[in-house]
Parts: sequence; structure tokens; C-alpha cells
Amino acid sequence: MDGNFSDIWVYLSASPLLHLFLTLLAYLGGQKLYERLGMHPLVNPVLLAVIVLVVILTVTRTPYLVYFEGAQFVHFLLGPATVALALPLYRQVARVRKSLVSILFSVIFGSVLATGSALAIAWAFGVSEATLISIAPKSVTTPVAMGISEKLGGLPSLTAVFVILTGIIGAMIGPLVLNIFRIKDWSARGFAIGVAAHGIGTARAMQVSEVAGAFSGLAMGLNALATAILLPLLWRLFF
Amino acid sequence: MIGAITLLLGCQLLGELFIAATGLPLPGPVVGMVILFTGLMIRGGIPETVAKVSDTLLRNLSLLFVPAGVGVMLHLSLIEREWVGVTAALIGSSAITILFTALVMIALKKLSRVGGEE
Repeated sequence: MDGNFSDIWVYLSASPLLHLFLTLLAYLGGQKLYERLGMHPLVNPVLLAVIVLVVILTVTRTPYLVYFEGAQFVHFLLGPATVALALPLYRQVARVRKSLVSILFSVIFGSVLATGSALAIAWAFGVSEATLISIAPKSVTTPVAMGISEKLGGLPSLTAVFVILTGIIGAMIGPLVLNIFRIKDWSARGFAIGVAAHGIGTARAMQVSEVAGAFSGLAMGLNALATAILLPLLWRLFF
Repeated sequence: MIGAITLLLGCQLLGELFIAATGLPLPGPVVGMVILFTGLMIRGGIPETVAKVSDTLLRNLSLLFVPAGVGVMLHLSLIEREWVGVTAALIGSSAITILFTALVMIALKKLSRVGGEE
């Protein structure tokens, strides 16, 4: 009996199917809990799924690379999903045209501030160089941030972790900071959260105000573009 | 549906080819996004199946972060070593970026409104 079970386990562990299934199951569980708790920003479905999966993999002593053989099918979709960001951008094109200049300057300012302030603070605390490079694109949506990090010699998987943490942190403290400083303009609120906290921030902004959500999605797309162009250029200039 | 998926992958592939040919420091999917955006502008609308597939992808965008997020297990010892600096950078930078980007956006909107009235 015990021998049979471990045979089945060995077979399943070797198959990508198990880890693909576990990834979807953990996410569905996280999503259900998030909905049950009234979509509270402190309960993030991505964070919950990641914690559950890390515990399972650690307990079963499964290496990340073995897990990724299954999870890569989900991960692969980040590419086409990034391409699909053209749609929200296209839908906002009228709004974009109307305040094109302020949007462009704001996104360049926000992109430089998001990377610059993270680098300055991390550097002041004396973190290692690999961590510095990996934390620089933390405000950009994951697929783009991983690409930038890889190009600059960082650790893409570490960058992905920083990006996800940044999204969660931005969605949590963003509204708080904006309220303290009495910033009520929904387009500016959404735009700032989109620049700082990409998709996770956008999802949160969308729940609160349609205008904030639209501007957040727009800011996320433009910031990905701005940071992908600016960061490697600035990096070459300073290092 | 297959057509829409082919279109998205095709744009990504074109983006990757563009990067390989020019050596620009950009991720291929971002160039693919610009290519699709340009195509939509020229066409003047979003085909229904492309909207359906793309919106499904974007609605479940958070799921796509999970495999990369699990990668944290590769870096647990590094994060344990540098968690103070990392935490300060992530929280501090997020607060600073959100506050000042919003302020700059509001200031620029006021400026352009003043300019428009002249």
C-alpha cells in the first residue's frame, strides 16, 4: 500500500501536470478566500497562492525547477498578456490625446522616481549589487520587469518577487498616502497607483473608481514602456 | 479564438524578432504591444474575438504572476539577509512614487488648462 502510494507520487511528481494543477488550485483557493473576506487589500490572492505553493514544495522537497516544468504553461501566458495590454491602451486613446503632454511628463517623472527612489533607499541600506539591479524595475509589470532585470544582469526571478510585493504594497498604502495629502482627483490617483504598483494596483483602483482604473491601466502600460527604455540607458550612464 | 491567439503570439514574435535585429534594450512582448496598438489604430477598432481572448487574459493577469512569485523560494536566504533594506526600499519608494506622481500630474493638468485658455 505504502509502496504503491509512493510509486504514484513519484510518477505524478515527475509529470508537469501535477504542478500545473497545483498552481491553478492554489490560485483558485486564494481567489475564493479573497472574495469571502470582502476583497480586502490585505488578502491578496497571488500572495496566498505563492505562500501555499512554497509550503507544499518545501514540505515535499520539490525543487523550484521541477515545479516550473508544470507552471511554465501559466508563466508563458505573461508574454501574450503583455501584448494584450494594447487593448486598454487603445480604448483610452481619446482621453490620452486630450492630456497627452501631462500624461507623458507624469509617466517619465514617475518612472524615474520609482526606480531612482528604490535604488537610493536600497543603496543607503547597503544591499548587494544583484539585489540593487533586481529591485530597480520593481514598479513595472512582471514580464517587462523580468526582461529589464535580465538585460541588466539582475536575477529575473528575484525581480518577479519584488514586483509582486511592490504591487501588493502599492495597492495597500497608495490610497492611504493619497488620502493623507487630500488628493481627490481620480485620474491623478489612478495614474499614480498604476505607475507605482502596475497590475495589482490597477486591479485595486478599478474596484474604487472607473476613471481611476482606466488611468491606472494606462499608466501601467506607459510605465512599462518608459522604464524599459529609460532604465537601461540611465544604468549605462551611471554604472 | 485561434485567430486571436495567433495574432497575440504573432505580435510577440514580431517584437522578439525586432529586438533580435536591432539589439534594443526592450523586452519583446512590449514591442509586440506597440505593434498591436499600432495595428488597432490603423484598423480603427478591436475585432470581437481579439477582445474576448485579450480581456480573458487580462482579467486573470494575477494568476500569471504566481509561478514567478513562487520563485521566492530560490531567494529566501538572500531576502533573509537583506530584508531590512528591501522592505524599506519597497515601502518607501512606493509611497514616494505614488504621492509625487499624483502631485506632478495635477500640477501639469492645471498648467495645460491655463495654457489652453490663452
